[in-house]
Amino acid sequence: MLWYLLIKGIMVENKIICVHCGDVCDSKNIRIGENYFCCEGCKLVYEILNENNLCNYYDINSNPGIKTAPVGKKKYEYLDDETIIRQLLDFSNDDISVVTFNIPQMHCSSCIWLLENLYRIHKSVVKSQVNFISKRAVITFRNKEISLRQVVELLASIGYGPSLKYENLEKKKIEDTNKKLYYKVGITGFCLGNIMLFSFPEYLSIDASSIALQKVFTVLNVIISLPVFFYSASDYFISAFKGIRKKYLNLDVPVSLGIITIYFKSLYDISTGIGPGYMDTLTGLVFLLLVGRLYQNKVYERFNFERDYKSFFPLSVTQFDKGIEKVIPLTRVKTGDKLVIRNGELIPADGILYKGDAEIDYSFITGEWDPVKKNKGEILYAGGKQNKGKIEIEVVKEVSASYLSQLWNNDAFKKSKESAGHSFANKVSYYFTPAILILSAATFIFWLNVSFEAAMNSATSLLIIACPCGLALTSPFTLGNTLRIFGKMGFYLKNTSVIERMTKIDTIVFDKTGTITQKSVNPGSSGVKFNTSLNNEESILVKSLLKNSTHPLSLRIYHTFNPEIPLLDVEDYNEIPGEGIEGKISGRYVKLGKRSFVYQEAYDKETENITVVFLSIDGILRGNYSIDNSYRKGLRSLIDSLSDKYKLLLITGDNDGEKGTLLTYFQKEDNLHFNMSPIAKIEYIKSLHNSGHETLMIGDGLNDAGALKASSVGVAISEDKAFFTPSSDAILDADSFNYVDKFLAFSRTAENIIYTSFIISAIYNSIGVVLAFNNIVTPLMSAILMPLSSITVVVFTVTSTNLMARLRLQ
Amino acid sequence: MSVIAMLIIFSLIVAGGFLIAFLWAVKSGQYDDKYTPSVRILFDDLKEKKKDKKKNEKSLQNNGE
Repeated sequence: MLWYLLIKGIMVENKIICVHCGDVCDSKNIRIGENYFCCEGCKLVYEILNENNLCNYYDINSNPGIKTAPVGKKKYEYLDDETIIRQLLDFSNDDISVVTFNIPQMHCSSCIWLLENLYRIHKSVVKSQVNFISKRAVITFRNKEISLRQVVELLASIGYGPSLKYENLEKKKIEDTNKKLYYKVGITGFCLGNIMLFSFPEYLSIDASSIALQKVFTVLNVIISLPVFFYSASDYFISAFKGIRKKYLNLDVPVSLGIITIYFKSLYDISTGIGPGYMDTLTGLVFLLLVGRLYQNKVYERFNFERDYKSFFPLSVTQFDKGIEKVIPLTRVKTGDKLVIRNGELIPADGILYKGDAEIDYSFITGEWDPVKKNKGEILYAGGKQNKGKIEIEVVKEVSASYLSQLWNNDAFKKSKESAGHSFANKVSYYFTPAILILSAATFIFWLNVSFEAAMNSATSLLIIACPCGLALTSPFTLGNTLRIFGKMGFYLKNTSVIERMTKIDTIVFDKTGTITQKSVNPGSSGVKFNTSLNNEESILVKSLLKNSTHPLSLRIYHTFNPEIPLLDVEDYNEIPGEGIEGKISGRYVKLGKRSFVYQEAYDKETENITVVFLSIDGILRGNYSIDNSYRKGLRSLIDSLSDKYKLLLITGDNDGEKGTLLTYFQKEDNLHFNMSPIAKIEYIKSLHNSGHETLMIGDGLNDAGALKASSVGVAISEDKAFFTPSSDAILDADSFNYVDKFLAFSRTAENIIYTSFIISAIYNSIGVVLAFNNIVTPLMSAILMPLSSITVVVFTVTSTNLMARLRLQ
Repeated sequence: MSVIAMLIIFSLIVAGGFLIAFLWAVKSGQYDDKYTPSVRILFDDLKEKKKDKKKNEKSLQNNGE
């Protein structure tokens, strides 16, 4: 028992697991005592932690560590640069500096614990505080004893190297709108409680002896309601004013009208001694509205919906100047600079290759899998990743003017999608507001025969009681709740207006690579199986034939052959798109392709995730290759269920190699668009909009960023929540890909719930209107009727969305 | 009468105190991060326990030998 406790390298299925990161250790060679490690990196981190008595890290969670590669000495050299330091620091004086880092590796409570105990590793770190949800750490350090670079290196040495990207240099103001909302809710809550207390005597109609007291109470109510009217409700007035100036009657117009009427009528009533006013109704209404707004403002801090190329580019690059390699910040890269790009590094600006072998992976931009070979003198576009050794380039265009960066200059990025016309509530308000104004005018004229006072009284009561607080609460609560329900299922929306736009969609555009195919499946020999075996001669024949084809399937089969097998010339080579390839090699006739192509028989349906390629030599069937295609599981059923209601399209940067298979999903050839550049994707989406379609685009890479922005709803799919996604309206967890149809259907359900709730609140309103029209409204009545309608609406919307989610989404 | 006036003033002061406390809490950032503190609060306990556990282990080990 004792020894069991001491052995931390837990045996699982007779394999030793690394204490630090939980990977399987290949050997028992790397160890400290009874603790085994998978690599020197993990061991190093353990040693650092052990030295500083921080091994609690391993007790909070088992194997919490992150596999780290040793940090190169020069990697963070650019952090010695004064201008960069100044731009990164939040605060600095002679003694201490404060910096906020984004640390995407954070994943468990051990991480929080370790990062907050940084001061134990290095005494010059004064304090470090983690925000786990936004994956940020605020670190305070003594700048005379430790430099920013050393702080970063310290973090990197324990596996938490912060993500330092180009965007970090631009300090964005942290939005404090939510803070303001908290203030307003707090203040209004305070005022509501007190005003209700002071209105109690009025509700209970306490006898005449306490009239003096009642006066004190009403005066107090007037004072307390000041901050509610002038501070808490101000947003509604501003929004209504903006709406009117744009000649649009949004829902805030009748709400503001109601609030203003209540306030001034109450002041009038109180000052003339007619009655105690409606201050309780006013504050109650504002309070509920603010709570609704708070509920709607759910933000997924973990995600960044506003990323552009700056989030992907590094902070620094290696410059090669007069024979010396120097790390400089990316902002200082000029045309004519010579840069060194190492294996796995991103090309930050368009440049000409002048030294080294370039094999550039443009999957980031185009979605194309295979690395492109480039020769000296050719242009390398920014955004590509070097896959082979070290190269040197000469910059021809600055970072912001490069091919990829230019995508963000497209006017698709300058438009905001949240136009007022989309909102359900505003659509209703468009009819509601004029109706209320006409009704109150009619009431006024009707009562004018009796007296002016009665006319004023009934018209204002009507405006008060018809104040659409129920309407105004419907959308925030329904949509806010839907947003949360989606979030639980792996579909994270930027805000609630996305749901409203989802209901209008009639066209769904898919990207191919990484969207309907899985990113994790690499092109290569994996997943390819041959059911018989070939002799040497046959291998040469087949490999030689395959060499001529650029079809993705051909490439994958080609990779299964030994690289040492020689190649022969092919005569009469013929490639029939969607069918197969054939050719004559040293007198033998080889055919590879679909069953019907290879031996002229009826096509049999291929199974969902496997494509079968048949091989014949001299007309005799030699066997078949079964190839796992990398399409996502459930794609077929998803497409089937979507195709009834939506037009489905595919746009991809890839070539048309998989056209045959894709046609079985997308029916018509017109629905497939190949070889689309990022700009072409934007233009295509725009043309769809111009012809009256509303689009939902699902994509992944940076190449889709423009199209995601141009579409009505842009959904970025993500295999891994920490992974970077381009700017979008929503982020979809890849595991929830199958639910897209259900999400879309549920957005319609939410819309129906909103309309039902509108009817409910309209019933309340019409009761109130009848009462007001007959001039029999009392403050007590409105104090009951208005909260009652609001609460009914809130309860109805929240419970019905929850119920429908249970029925429809699971 | 004067008793009620006193009570009103008193109740307003108390309620106002809570309001100020709330506003201060928002301002000082207590509502910025609603998750991490819930994890952080558990750590101190753990450290203490760990020390005890190590002591126990050591004594156990000594006893074992």
